[in-house]
Amino acid sequence: MLHSPGHILSILQQVPDPEIPVISIVELGVIRDIQVNGSAVEVKITPTYSGCPAMKQIEDDVRAILKKEGFEEVIVKTVFDPPWTTDWIPEEAKEKLRRYGIAPPEHTTQDKSWLTGKQKTVLCPRCRSANTQLISQFGSTACKALYQCKDCLEPFDYFKCI
Amino acid sequence: MSNALFQYTLRLGDSSLILAQRLSEWTGHGPFLEEDLALTNIALDTLGTAKSFLEYAAQVEGKGRTDDDLAFFRNEREFFNPLITEQPNGDYAKTMVRQVIMDVYHLYLYKELAKSKDTTLSGIAQKAIKEVTYHVRHSASWLERFGNGTDESHQRAQDALNELWQYTQELFETPGSEKELLAQGVAVNLQDIQAKWETHVDELIRKANLKKPENVFMQRGSLDGIHTEHLGYLLAEMQHLPRMHPTAKW
Repeated sequence: MLHSPGHILSILQQVPDPEIPVISIVELGVIRDIQVNGSAVEVKITPTYSGCPAMKQIEDDVRAILKKEGFEEVIVKTVFDPPWTTDWIPEEAKEKLRRYGIAPPEHTTQDKSWLTGKQKTVLCPRCRSANTQLISQFGSTACKALYQCKDCLEPFDYFKCI
Repeated sequence: MSNALFQYTLRLGDSSLILAQRLSEWTGHGPFLEEDLALTNIALDTLGTAKSFLEYAAQVEGKGRTDDDLAFFRNEREFFNPLITEQPNGDYAKTMVRQVIMDVYHLYLYKELAKSKDTTLSGIAQKAIKEVTYHVRHSASWLERFGNGTDESHQRAQDALNELWQYTQELFETPGSEKELLAQGVAVNLQDIQAKWETHVDELIRKANLKKPENVFMQRGSLDGIHTEHLGYLLAEMQHLPRMHPTAKW
């Protein structure tokens, strides 16, 4: 059986992110490289955050699904360079996050205005209002901040732009 | 060479590990929910960085030890974390002052380490910079609030600065074993980052209307594995479970 990296990528598309199951680990941007050698495959993944506890789960999930697909040897390696960025999340996946109730990262990491104290406008994923406020830079997981909508009053997670 | 690299990476890992352990003590005890979450997140980032460094240290050592072995089965004298990282949390002002000192330190340390000739170290550093940038913003905003808050919060922040300042010089000490790594462009020249750290921290102290401590006797010892009494207690808590049940699986 011949496998191309593209075929493997389509298999990995079926693996949901362990904490945000509406997007796949491919859409999350953590799959960095795929090498196939006969029935052996090596997948390189990169962590979203250094301490992200989901990385071990992602590693196990990748191994499990590829074994199930008939690969005898599956090696999952962690790479750090280049560091993960939310810029790798495609627009379709951002829309999925929004529908799930998580405000997706706004714009790109090239926008550094928040460093000088300016806060970017984050739209409420429920009512799309721009009248929202930052509650905390740190939220329910490492990758999220906590916001609240001042119109519909819904508190929500914002996927930090890094 | 590889022994020097092991020592260097181990020290980077120990520094983050012990600070993360201290920060995690706040989990469930934060002054309010959002801060509890914030500190737990910062602890998690810091622990993640520690894990990356210790995994690499174990690999460089090549004696079959793992990151867990390094974290849980070494004794006090075999840890090389700076003394400031092991200091007890105290009140929230003290934790935040310690965090300002360390966050700004890590920011400049990792910015330089990101240029290291060692690609693993530079990769870990590039990853950590993004996280530390958030940490600095968090701790600096608290310092400013404490300093300009009530008389009580101002006094507590000043007391914390006065107490912790004696551990700051040690952060910039370079052991002899690092000279070779420095020449090879692997290690960071700590003297270079000291000036940047001072400028940045001075500015934060000024904005908070606090006073920078002067003529302080500077403590040292961690480069030789000599610690304050607090590390032993910290390790006892951190290590007791794997030491009691070394074959336990998560």
